[in-house]
Amino acid sequence: MINVQNLTKRYGDLTAIEDVTFNVQKGEILGFLGPNGAGKTTTMRILTCFLPATSGTASVAGYDIFEQPQDVKKHIGYLPESPPLYTELTVTEYLRFISRIKGIERKDRTEALTRVLERCALTDVRHRLIGNLSRGYRQRVGLAQALIHNPEVLILDEPTTGLDPKQIIEMRQVIKELAGQHTVILSTHILPEATAVCQRVVIIHKGRIVAVDTPDTLSAQLRQSEKIRLTLRTPSPETAEALKTVPGVVSIFQEPSTDGQVFMVECELGRDIRTELAAQAVRRGWGLLELTAVKLSLEDVFLQLTQEESKQEEPKEDALNGEPG
Amino acid sequence: MKSTLAIMGKELRVLFNSPMAYVVTAIFILISGYLFYSIVLFASSQSMQILRVQGALPQINLNDLIFRPTFHNMAVILMLTLPLITMRLLAEEKKIKTIELLMTSPVPLLAIVMGKYLAAMAVFTLMLGLTAYMPLLMWYYGSIQWMPILTGYLGIWLLGGVFIAVGLLASSLTENQIIASFISFGAVLILWLIGWISQGVADTSLGSFLTYLSIGEHTENFIRGMIDTEDLVYLATLIIVGIFITHRVLESQRWK
Ligand SMILES: Nc1ncnc2c1ncn2[C@@H]1O[C@H](COP(=O)(O)OP(=O)(O)OP(=O)(O)O)[C@@H](O)[C@H]1O
Ligand SMILES: [Mg+2]
Repeated sequence: MINVQNLTKRYGDLTAIEDVTFNVQKGEILGFLGPNGAGKTTTMRILTCFLPATSGTASVAGYDIFEQPQDVKKHIGYLPESPPLYTELTVTEYLRFISRIKGIERKDRTEALTRVLERCALTDVRHRLIGNLSRGYRQRVGLAQALIHNPEVLILDEPTTGLDPKQIIEMRQVIKELAGQHTVILSTHILPEATAVCQRVVIIHKGRIVAVDTPDTLSAQLRQSEKIRLTLRTPSPETAEALKTVPGVVSIFQEPSTDGQVFMVECELGRDIRTELAAQAVRRGWGLLELTAVKLSLEDVFLQLTQEESKQEEPKEDALNGEPG
Repeated sequence: MKSTLAIMGKELRVLFNSPMAYVVTAIFILISGYLFYSIVLFASSQSMQILRVQGALPQINLNDLIFRPTFHNMAVILMLTLPLITMRLLAEEKKIKTIELLMTSPVPLLAIVMGKYLAAMAVFTLMLGLTAYMPLLMWYYGSIQWMPILTGYLGIWLLGGVFIAVGLLASSLTENQIIASFISFGAVLILWLIGWISQGVADTSLGSFLTYLSIGEHTENFIRGMIDTEDLVYLATLIIVGIFITHRVLESQRWK
């Protein structure tokens, strides 16, 4: 449904994306995961024919984005990073305008409007000025705008930013329901969001794709590098030494905390040693208070993925300095 | 065409849902009305004087006495107020990023530009229409020739059309409405002042060229009651060029 090949975009000297290649199947939800400045928005703007690419090709719904931009635009619903809203219009006025420029036939407009108001839970606020709506409602109006013409392809740029936790869950639910009938690309810099909503995740960093995976394998890959946080009330002086003898442990860091001692245990890739650590702690009477697998932050993931890559390429790369976009 | 109308309709809604269109219309009506009133007062006091001196009322020409200065005043007021209508047209879309919505919708770029232009023209036509009380009053209380009034209105309408095309272009150049309004005011002022400069070098070929470029020169005939094809061509060309360059500017901004 979406076919992207070797897309590159340069702004002057700055390369925003380089050699980006991926595919999205019909009905699939693809997550586009990357830190600030990774090039997510740039890629999406190229796919929606807002920006021309420097080189490379792409097709959406069977149409080439350079040769047939009008056809591409007809088949895409796009929610940009900041929802494109006219604050002086009411929700209904705005969506009616959208239905006209998206080319919905006059006789179908009212039905399309009613349907999308319901789907995005906007029916109650439909006569209010957009300028007077809260952030969450505005985001929903933005989504309604992308959905109103029932497009085959949806491109959503960070659809959950600025929402409260409850609204995030609702928004994710709405997006999940789109799978099947619609093909969705969704960008985010929140790892759990990508794994919760998407069937496949593309990880992009500094303009390059560093991994394409299903959330399952992605999480498996991440579990490999788990750190374990172990809090003990009464450790003995030789605890650190003893922990090191547990099979699979790579290194130990100690840090004091208010109620005892914290040990950060880094373990070998692909080994889950939590049960063994717990058994040890109990057997030796260290006063086990806490044992948790430390989730890797997105930065850690990028660090890991880019380091794996850069083993073959440049030896040293600072994965953390993605600039805010 | 459909999408042009859609854009135009939206633009009008936005304009009339916010105070700007009303404020600008009010300013235009009040100032032009006040100046009209003083012109009428002046004209009547003058004719009273003629009546006293000559003992008989001459056949005074209300068209020359009242409407020529009134149209001139309108031109100047429009030069100052139309930029306030046009400044937001594209600058605001860029500022609040809705341009991204328009450019990713299946709407030709020209429809966006034309929709904006026509919306501003509609507001302006309404403003101008509201001044119809002036000739109607004169017609009711005196006698006027309608033809020069109509050509005068046509001239002012086309002149406003040029101001709006220039303002639209200015609005495409920046995200800042204030800057857009200054650019369009400056550009229109230059078109206007060329006429004055040309008077200094009147007898040279440069002078006649500058006179040709001057926008005031090309509305004068309309106000005097004449429709000259050369003037029509001049004003229409400025409008088309303004719209065309706006289109180019928007297109080239994608490539930045
Ligand atoms: N118009 C522009 N001119 C110059 N550089 C730009 C422009 N737009 C984006 N960039 C640069 O391109 C890079 C990629 O930006 P992009 O907005 O695509 O990142 P992003 O992944 O969407 O980030 P974020 O998570 O912050 O939204 C950044 O380094 C950014 O500074
Ligand atoms: Mg972005």
